[in-house]
Amino acid sequence: MNSAITTRAAVLGTGQTEHRTRRTDVSMAGLCREAIDRALADAGIEWSDVDAVVLGKAPDLFEGVMMPELFLADALGATGRPLLRVHTAGSVGGSTAIVASQLVQAGVHRRVLAVAFEKQSESNAMWALSIQPPFTMPVGAGAGGYFAPHIRSYIRRSGAPPHVGAMVAVKDRRNGALNPHAHLRQPGITLESVNASPMLWDPIRYDETCPSSDGACAIVIGDEAAAEASDRQVAWIHATAMRTEPTYFAGKDHVNPRAGYEAARALWRAAGITDPLEQIDAAEIYVPFSWFEPMWLENLGFAAPGEGWKLTEAGETGIGGALPVNPSGGVMCSNPIGASGLLRFAEAAMQVMGRAGEHQVEGARTALGHAYGGGSQFFAMWVVGTAPV
Amino acid sequence: MEIGFDYTRSLGPVLSRFMTALAERRILGCRGSDGRVHAPPLEYDPVTYAPLTELVEVGPAGTVVTWTWLDRPLDGQPLDRPFGWALIRLDGADTAMLHAVDAGSKDRMRTGMRVRVRWAPEPVGHIRDIACFEPLTDSPPTLPGPTAEPVTMVTTPIHLRYRHTTSTEESRYLRGLAEGKVIGQRCPSCGKVYVPPRGACPTCGVPTVDDVELPDRGTVTTFCVVNVPFPGQRIPPPYVVAYVLLDGADIPFQHLILGCRPDEVRMGMRVAAVWRPREQWGTTPQNIDHFQPSGEPDAPFNSYAQHL
Ligand SMILES: [Zn+2]
Repeated sequence: MNSAITTRAAVLGTGQTEHRTRRTDVSMAGLCREAIDRALADAGIEWSDVDAVVLGKAPDLFEGVMMPELFLADALGATGRPLLRVHTAGSVGGSTAIVASQLVQAGVHRRVLAVAFEKQSESNAMWALSIQPPFTMPVGAGAGGYFAPHIRSYIRRSGAPPHVGAMVAVKDRRNGALNPHAHLRQPGITLESVNASPMLWDPIRYDETCPSSDGACAIVIGDEAAAEASDRQVAWIHATAMRTEPTYFAGKDHVNPRAGYEAARALWRAAGITDPLEQIDAAEIYVPFSWFEPMWLENLGFAAPGEGWKLTEAGETGIGGALPVNPSGGVMCSNPIGASGLLRFAEAAMQVMGRAGEHQVEGARTALGHAYGGGSQFFAMWVVGTAPV
Repeated sequence: MEIGFDYTRSLGPVLSRFMTALAERRILGCRGSDGRVHAPPLEYDPVTYAPLTELVEVGPAGTVVTWTWLDRPLDGQPLDRPFGWALIRLDGADTAMLHAVDAGSKDRMRTGMRVRVRWAPEPVGHIRDIACFEPLTDSPPTLPGPTAEPVTMVTTPIHLRYRHTTSTEESRYLRGLAEGKVIGQRCPSCGKVYVPPRGACPTCGVPTVDDVELPDRGTVTTFCVVNVPFPGQRIPPPYVVAYVLLDGADIPFQHLILGCRPDEVRMGMRVAAVWRPREQWGTTPQNIDHFQPSGEPDAPFNSYAQHL
C-alpha cells in the first residue's frame, strides 16, 4: 500500500474547539471555523495556502443534516477547491486525517485541510443509534447497550479485576483537567466516586462512559516542501493504516477484532516499529468506555491478549508511565463523535510537536493516534514523529 | 416504519440576527467582500472565507429570476394548492432565494415578475415566517412587526417514513416466525449457520441456499443490563439485553431475558424462547416475546467462547 507514496507528509498545525455539552453560541459552521482558524494559525498559513479540504462527519442522523459538506462549503473554505467528505462512523475523524495525508503523499496537493465535527446537542445519538430494521428485536440501547456485553466478555476472558474500568476513568478525567479544551475536567475524581456513580448499562457505570459533546477539530497536512517551509516543529507522518470488517459475522471477535489487529500490525510494520510498548512514547486511543483502554492495548499489540489490564492497573498508562494513554483525557473527557477520531490524531501530533501544554508527555518523539467506529467495524490509526522517517 | 426527531439548530451570530428580523417581519441579507449582498445571509464569505458581519435589509419585494410550476404539492411544502417554485432576487440583494409563489395558476407566472413576501400570521423567528411570495399588486404592503427578542435557536422536526422491502431470505425468516419456526441458513463453504439468514456468507462471499430450522433454545453468550431511559425506547428499563446463541447456530442475536431477576442472568445461562399467544403472531421477530431460563445446567465457557 505504501508503494504509492511519492512524498513524505507532515502535520503542520492543529486546532480544536472548546468542547462542551452545548455550544449554543455557534452554528455548525461557526463550530468548524473555531477549529479551522486555530489550525491555520498553528500551521502559520493563510487560506490561500490551502489546496483542498476533507470533511469528516459521523452518521447524518446524528444531526439530521443530509450532506453537511454541501451547506458548510463556504465556512470550510471549500469554494474553488476540491472538497471530499469521509464517512466511517465513529472512526471518521481518523479516516479523514488519513485521506488528507494520502492526498499529500500521493503528490496531488501540497497542503490539505482536514476538518471533523459533531454537534451532539442538536440531536440525540442514543435515539439515532437505536433505530433498527424490522427483522430484529427492538432492544438497541445506544452505543453503551451495544458495547456493554462485549466489555463483559472482555472481563470474563481476561480475568481483569472490576476496578480496572474505574482506574481508567479516574486517570482520563484527571488528564482532562490538564487540557483546557476538554469538556469534562474532573481533577477531584476518585475510584470511590466512579464506583458510586449509577450503573447505566451493567457493567458500565456513568463515570465510565464518555460525555456527549459539541466540538470540532482541524489539522493542516503538508508535503515535505511545506513542512520545510514551516518555521515551527511539524509532526511527520510515519505510517497510516485503515482496516474494515463486518459488524456481525460468525466468528467475529468483539473483544479483539481482527480488523483492528491487522491494521495495527500493518501500521507497526510500515512505521518500522518492532516493539510498540518500547517505541511509542504517547498514545491517543479511542476509548469511549473506560474498559476499552485495556481491550485496545491488546488489540494494538501493546500487550498480549488478556494482559492489557495489567498495564493499566500498574499505572503504566498514566502520564509518566511506560505508555501514557490519552494524556489529553481522550474520548472519556470530550466526545464530539465525528471529531473524536481526528482529536486523537491531532493530539498525537501535538505530543510530538511539543505543543500539548500541561498534558505534554515529556520527550515524546513518536506517538500513536487511533480511532474505531461502527460496531468495532472501522479502524484507522497513524504514527507521527518529531523527526521524518 | 416511521422515525422522527425534533432537531435543534443553534444559529450563531449571523443567522440569529436573520431569524430575529424575520420575527419582526424584516428580511436581512449580508454584504460580502466583493460588495454583493447575499440573501439569505451567509456566515462566511464565499470569496475570502472571512466571517461576514455587515447585515443589510432587503425586500420585502423582489423579482422572479426563474421558476417552475408544481401541480401536486407534497406534505410539508409551503402551500397545499398548485404553486410556482421560483428563484426570487429580493430588492437590494444580488443572490436569489428559492421559495413558493402563490400565483393561482401557471399562466400568471413569468420570469421577471414582481413578487412580495406573504408573512405567516404569527412570526416567531423561523424561516417559515416567510409563508410564501405573492404577485405584487397595488394592495398596501404588510407593516413590519413589533421588535422581537433575539432568536438564537430554531427547532426543525424531521420525519422519515419508509417501507422496508425484505430480501428473499428475510421473507422466509419472517414467514417462518409467523409459523412459530426459526429459520437460519448454512454456508455451503464454511458450514456456518446464520440466523437471521442473509443470503450470502460475509466471510466466504458465496450465496447461502440451505435453510436450517433451529430450535428455540440456546445459550446466553454475553449480556448487559439496560438501566438508562432514552427517547424512542420501546421497553421500560431495567431490562436485560443478551446475545443468545441458538443451538446449532454460529452467530448469536440480541433478545430480552425475562423470567428471572436481572442479577441472576449470567454468561453461559441456558434459555428458551417464550412465544406470544399464537393469535398474536405476525411476520415479526417479536412473536418471541422474550427468552427465559430453561433450567438446564449452564453451558461451559468453551462451548461459546468463540462467539464473543
Ligand atoms: Zn461461509
